Amino acid sequence: MSDVVMQIDGKEVKARGDMTVLQAARAAGIHIPTLCHHEKLEPFGACRMCMVEVETRGRKSYVVSCLYPVAKDLVVRTRSEGVDKIRRVILEELLAHAPNSPELVALSKEYRADPNRFEMDASFCILCGLCVRYCAEVKRKNAVDFIERGASREISFIPEIAAKECWDCQECFALCPTSYAQAAYFLTEALAFPGRRKAGATSAG
Amino acid sequence: MTRLHSAAELEQLRAAILSSRDPAKPCIAVCAGAACHGLDSLRVANAFQREVEALGPAAGVEVRVTGCHGYCEKGPNVVVGPAQVCYFEVKPEDVPEIVESTLKGEVVERLVYKHPATGEKAVHMSEVPFYKHQTRLLMGDNTRIDPMRIDDYLAVGGYAALAKALFQMTPDQLVDEVKRANLRGRGGGGFPAGLKWETAKNAPGDERYVIVNGHEGEPGAFMDRALFTGNPHKVLEGLVIGAFAIGSHRGFIYTRHDSPQLVKHIEQALAQAQEYGLLGDDILGSGFDFHVELHFDVGIFVSGESSALMRSIEGLPPEPRPKYIRTSVAGIRDKPSNLNNVETWANVPQIISRGADWYAGIGTEGSKGTKLVSLSGNVVDSGVLEVPMGTPLRKIVYDIGGGAAGGKSVKAVHFGGPMGGSIPVHLIDAPLDFDELAKLGAPVGAGGLLVMDEDTDMVEVARYFLEWLTKESCGKCVPCREGMWQTMKVLEGITKGKGKSGDIARLEDLNDVTGAACLCALGKTAADPLRSMLRYFRPEYEAQIARGDHRGDEAVGSAAR
Repeated sequence: MSDVVMQIDGKEVKARGDMTVLQAARAAGIHIPTLCHHEKLEPFGACRMCMVEVETRGRKSYVVSCLYPVAKDLVVRTRSEGVDKIRRVILEELLAHAPNSPELVALSKEYRADPNRFEMDASFCILCGLCVRYCAEVKRKNAVDFIERGASREISFIPEIAAKECWDCQECFALCPTSYAQAAYFLTEALAFPGRRKAGATSAG
Repeated sequence: MTRLHSAAELEQLRAAILSSRDPAKPCIAVCAGAACHGLDSLRVANAFQREVEALGPAAGVEVRVTGCHGYCEKGPNVVVGPAQVCYFEVKPEDVPEIVESTLKGEVVERLVYKHPATGEKAVHMSEVPFYKHQTRLLMGDNTRIDPMRIDDYLAVGGYAALAKALFQMTPDQLVDEVKRANLRGRGGGGFPAGLKWETAKNAPGDERYVIVNGHEGEPGAFMDRALFTGNPHKVLEGLVIGAFAIGSHRGFIYTRHDSPQLVKHIEQALAQAQEYGLLGDDILGSGFDFHVELHFDVGIFVSGESSALMRSIEGLPPEPRPKYIRTSVAGIRDKPSNLNNVETWANVPQIISRGADWYAGIGTEGSKGTKLVSLSGNVVDSGVLEVPMGTPLRKIVYDIGGGAAGGKSVKAVHFGGPMGGSIPVHLIDAPLDFDELAKLGAPVGAGGLLVMDEDTDMVEVARYFLEWLTKESCGKCVPCREGMWQTMKVLEGITKGKGKSGDIARLEDLNDVTGAACLCALGKTAADPLRSMLRYFRPEYEAQIARGDHRGDEAVGSAAR
């Protein structure tokens, strides 16, 4: 892939032709916030925090930088009134679920997001899907997945798989921005194979 | 059935079908469209069949169970040819009288249309107000066809356009014809179909697909089902022509799992077309192969979104794909996939047989042809209608639909269901046109037109749409899943008299971000209804919020005492 030259925040940036805008920005040391992105995983495009403003042939639009391909002469703005508003409202929407998530709290300061702007629903999970996708793409176990749809969507460990696979892994816990993955796992454990932890701890001790 | 090996054989078959029929003999068409079916029109049809069988074949009366006639309000509908006498709200006990009068060349006066205000009667289809203002290029054949019989479609000229496409035109000419006709997608986006075809045709790869989007999931939209159930071959013929133009040998029909009649008719149409050699290998001896698979939705609205639909066909959950690449370049299994909706495909045969110039002569500068509209809500006459693009909405609502029901006045009309917009009645002279209505904030969408009368609470309307949308979103991206849910919560508060100051700003912020940041078209356009409400009915919102604010003050006051 040949290189392209583009502009990010007024700075001329050279990027490999198969990169996304997010990759190009990061390579050039320009920060774009993300919640559902992880470099080991396929871009997901769900949190929409990485939205930026792009201009091609005089037309301005908002795109998610984790998926938008770089192009010659593309003009990218990672901060603007519109971009900041999108990020602020998204944070306010997510803070209604997980008001104490350190990642969200830190971002809310930068984007002046009001954690109490919308009706609270303490579900804790922000459905970034890091656990789901890590389990599927890296571990190839599919022990945790999304269930339901729309506003009822949640993550759930599949007891049959979790009972076999999760005990010695639990790598997804560290990825979770709200610690909900851990909570969901222990709930599954308590429901699907109660007593195992105690037995496991005893035998280990 | 015999397999046809050439265009000449098709014409011979057509001639044989026509010569076996006497157009002067009475034919009784009983509507079995969704609404009439629900009103037990099959009992009416059975009664006709019994009555006519008793007369014996010598009487020459034919009974035909057809798809939707359009005038759903007055079902069960019966149309008696050749004079096209319309009978409404027909019951099984009316049947002997209708047959007897028909044989005598008379009309059963008590069952014909009577104007609710003037009492004026209308006997023939061309005189009934609901029909007489329409141009029924697509729907017109519905009264002439039993959807289970391919011969009925051949009798009205079916598959002649396919023969023309295969033997007299090149794929490039076909794409060019559709481009020149300026056929725009009827599913909601209004994207030029010819350009889409061209993109799919020219996209790299050996394998490409064509797809019928027959999902039609939004409330208030029922025209695709009426057309597809009533005349499945018209859609299929359009699809085969499109496949030949694009160079596709495999097509998919994606439609509703919960409409058994539709499924039955499509399956029958596919089987009969296959038997006649109008589908499958070596179509009409042309050497062109094309096979079609039928797929069903999984009961969620977002599965009608193009990339979600394609994932569903692949066997995956119907979540829209976030990639910035068009499905016409990389769709099903990353192969070029051209998706058009039912009505778009149904327009193709007439464009090919009558030509792009004829087609482009109908409609407005930017929107050509006719458009199917499903009219419902607080209107006297609901149903499926078809008018040329450019027809003023006033004509649709008042002349065809008879205005607001119950002597009330129209307050607003709403196009496009939960992803459309409402416009106030003072803009009702606006033309039915993709671009004009989009400018007003009520994009045509798929063509569901909802009439709202003076008693309509516009906050409640928006809340209802949002409630529906939150259940139909896939829930993947934040501004759709969370944004719509929070919007619904704010609206719920207002309708319960618990509005707060700042609610309008909250609604606007949520709506702006949903409209700008969502992953797919469902989310992005989900912002449209509320945007149009805040544009035209803001005082109503403010008044309701103020009521809540006021109540809040009282509560605080009493608590302080």
